[in-house]
Amino acid sequence: MKFSIQVNEGPYQHQATDSAYQFTKAALEKGHEIFRVFFYHDGVNNGTKLTTPPQDDRNIVNRWSELAEKHDLDMVVCVAAAQRRGIVDEGEMQRNGKDAENIAPGFRISGLGQLIEAAVQADRLVVFGD
Amino acid sequence: MSILHTVNKSPFEKSSVGSCLAHALEGSSILFYEDAVYAVLKGASIEPLVAGFDGVKLYALGADLKARGITDDKMIDGIEIVDYAGFVDLSAEHDKVQAWV
Repeated sequence: MKFSIQVNEGPYQHQATDSAYQFTKAALEKGHEIFRVFFYHDGVNNGTKLTTPPQDDRNIVNRWSELAEKHDLDMVVCVAAAQRRGIVDEGEMQRNGKDAENIAPGFRISGLGQLIEAAVQADRLVVFGD
Repeated sequence: MSILHTVNKSPFEKSSVGSCLAHALEGSSILFYEDAVYAVLKGASIEPLVAGFDGVKLYALGADLKARGITDDKMIDGIEIVDYAGFVDLSAEHDKVQAWV
């Protein structure tokens, strides 16, 4: 079955991104397909490569990146939410005249249309967050 | 059409558990996870609302129960415990997943 995942909450906030990660991992282990993981609202903060959590804590951002690499996941960060919160890729850096980018490996910035497509194309859309 | 309702906030923090219980139709299921697992506590003020909820199957996520020290004996009877794989199965078995966030 084809799943899409929506994450509305930032990392280390409550528990939603942990739940979304565990759900995504379990679905992949069961042989399901993850069509897309869409990060919306504060969820876009999952996509910054600048986080440095303590070594004995889980690294939520790296964990997503590793899962994406292993399973070729499409992880999309909402552009409007990203601009507000300072999540920047190469294109956004140039377009908005910023001097740095911080998008973590495996994430890409795109629009809300990607969420609509994820909902339409997948058999189930599962939403995590506040 | 069967719906899996998911609730992740404590009934003592937000009204989503109560709203979900009020809207879930017969044949649907509710999964309590994250802080919403507090809804399955025996003796809590919300117990009358949760216990004996007919026609709707109730589930709770095992890892989140364990993280909060909610053991079987502290749970309202009739609530089934699932793991993340079980969460995935429930999502697949129902036609839709509705998150009460």
